[in-house]
Amino acid sequence: MTQRQIKCIFIGIVIFLACWFLYPTYSWYKMSAEEKEIMEKEGNPFLGKVLNLGLDLRGGMHLILEVDTAKMPEGMKVKEAVDRAIEIVRNRVDQFGIAEPLIVKQGDKWIVVQLPGIKDARRAMDLIGKTALLEFKLVDDLGRMTEAKEGNIPEGYELLPGKEEREYLVKKEAELTGASLIDAKVEIGGKYGFPCVSIKFNKEGAKKFALVTEDNIERNLAIVLDGVVQSAPVIKSRIPDGNAIIEGNFNADTARDLAIILRAGALPAPVNVIENRTVGPSLGRDSIKKGTMAMGIGAVLVILFMLFYYRLSGSVAVFALFLNLILVLGAMAYLHATLTLPGLAGIILTIGMSVDANVLVFERIREELKSGKTVRVAIDAGYQKAFKTILDSNITTLIAAAFLFQFGTGPVKGFAVTLSLGILVSMFTAIMVTHEVFNWALRGKRVEKLSI
Amino acid sequence: MQFFGESNIDFLKKRWIFFGISIFFVLIGLFSLIVRGGPDLGIDFKGGTMLELTFINPVSVAEIRETLIGSDLHGSEIQNFTKDNRVIIRVKKSNNTGIEMSRNIQKALSAGLKDNSFVIERDEMVGPSVGKYLIKRAKGAVFWSFIGIIIYVALRFKSGVYGMAGVIALIHDVFIVFGVLSFFNKEITLTVIAALLALAGYSINDTIVVYDRIRETTRLRRKDTFYDIVNKGINSTLNRTIITSLTTFLVVGSLFVFGGGVIHDFSFTLLFGIIIGTYSSIAIAAPLVYEWETRKGKK
Repeated sequence: MTQRQIKCIFIGIVIFLACWFLYPTYSWYKMSAEEKEIMEKEGNPFLGKVLNLGLDLRGGMHLILEVDTAKMPEGMKVKEAVDRAIEIVRNRVDQFGIAEPLIVKQGDKWIVVQLPGIKDARRAMDLIGKTALLEFKLVDDLGRMTEAKEGNIPEGYELLPGKEEREYLVKKEAELTGASLIDAKVEIGGKYGFPCVSIKFNKEGAKKFALVTEDNIERNLAIVLDGVVQSAPVIKSRIPDGNAIIEGNFNADTARDLAIILRAGALPAPVNVIENRTVGPSLGRDSIKKGTMAMGIGAVLVILFMLFYYRLSGSVAVFALFLNLILVLGAMAYLHATLTLPGLAGIILTIGMSVDANVLVFERIREELKSGKTVRVAIDAGYQKAFKTILDSNITTLIAAAFLFQFGTGPVKGFAVTLSLGILVSMFTAIMVTHEVFNWALRGKRVEKLSI
Repeated sequence: MQFFGESNIDFLKKRWIFFGISIFFVLIGLFSLIVRGGPDLGIDFKGGTMLELTFINPVSVAEIRETLIGSDLHGSEIQNFTKDNRVIIRVKKSNNTGIEMSRNIQKALSAGLKDNSFVIERDEMVGPSVGKYLIKRAKGAVFWSFIGIIIYVALRFKSGVYGMAGVIALIHDVFIVFGVLSFFNKEITLTVIAALLALAGYSINDTIVVYDRIRETTRLRRKDTFYDIVNKGINSTLNRTIITSLTTFLVVGSLFVFGGGVIHDFSFTLLFGIIIGTYSSIAIAAPLVYEWETRKGKK
């Protein structure tokens, strides 16, 4: 085999692979909405092969949570608290039922949470951000409420706000906490048939609960969640089986969410949302539509110009342009990279920049032709002389892109990825592919004139 | 077809005019930055809240401002795209904690504009600690990519002069565009920084093509003066410089016109960047090498 044949086979393999990696994405966009939904529900592995869209294009929520280490339980290490918090947040998200969530640690005490395609952002944020510290506290039964409101709070007691507009005077020390919980479920019940949450304690918790209820019959026991009294029912009798019910004006959603966070457990320390970027699905769709339109129009303008300026040789550059697009997207699918809106802009930018390599070569060929060389010699010389320049100029752009990738957060990283891939791919097509296209077009012919 | 046949423009002769023009633009940018008290950092860096809403019925900025006035939201910036009833509300507050701000705005709007409901398109909040972190990262990215470029160019051309001159031209481009952004009162956001770095890559790319030609001509025409060599280098790459700028300008222009609001500042930055980057590789980067090399030679 000649060197040229090996080169052609290599090019063929690269193009084939790009198409192969892109095929799942292509068939995904051919699918109907129902088919997509079914696949998403069953978590089909096929989904992993589809080109990832960033949250800014598909809609979704990106959060950074900071663990409030000042409020950690004593003796707990920061790393321990953050790891535990991540585990619990993951539990909650899983139970809430969101496809492809991403939950990772960033730095010392930050947690990044990404939820694609979330519909009710506020509800999700409440679900994730709640500490969910559940406590059972006895309510004062000596009628000292008025005193306390005047600022005269009895020792060992505290005033806590209720869910409705009233306050409760409760014992500071909790009789029991959510730590001894083993299950929480939504039930319809209570006096008015509203949704409520039934909880079940473990053996030890049940024993303690039985003791507390036995000792305090006819007293009110406040059920406190994150410092807010949910309800304070009267203890009617000793409860031996470790079952209790939390009522408190829930609707079906809030009851379900409370059950989820109680099951998942309390966070070791409160978390604060320090960054939130939520994009609604319609804005994402809008961005895709406008982005692809800009790409289409930009590409058409460049194509027209290249054909006009370089004639037949311009069509070689146009071929390279399409090839670049396929190769960039194929590489992204292969690398499981995420396409973001700035990433789309990066692709658009490389459409303009990628013809540069061809322009460098074509201008060189023209110069060689002018100096009286034959077509074949001029083409080879043009490629050879432009090679170094193409390499030098592109490597510096790659350096800038690499640091951009390092620094990048989500969308900006996507830009660095498409820009780098665009540059690498355009070097490949300009140096390897288009040269072979010329060779192929001129094979076995005596060419006097080149349309360039 | 060809833009410039056998062009033989004496660029170097006009180099002091070019330097003058550049200094003029740098000063304008500097002036604008001073007058405005530094760059207008967006919420990405400063911290704050941004809400983009689509209302069912048309709504005016005045209406929204009036609704928000009572709720400690003075100092919020309201932008309106009447075309599709879309409104952007920004509140920059470095001591803004948590997600309450966005919720307060939503609450105030649904209470104040009862007969007009809205959908949340974008809801962004950046806390001050994240903003500081992002500033640090952005500075690091800009600094290290410049260092990387200097080292690469210096190694490749075996001369610090080319590397330094290239980076001076690049800093010149980025600074002028920075000034232009300030002049047009554009916010510096994460994507604008990305655009500035892309511009850095683009500008140095352009410059290196010219440098490569100068270096090649130095080898081929040993008898010529350096003055002629630099001029020849610029002239023989002129077609390529113009064509590449044009194609890149075409795509970025179409991104600017058709790409939608989210990416607007990004394409705006690049649009100016391409013009200035092209200008600088012809009028600044190459003449700078000439000045530098001849002065070095005299010593």
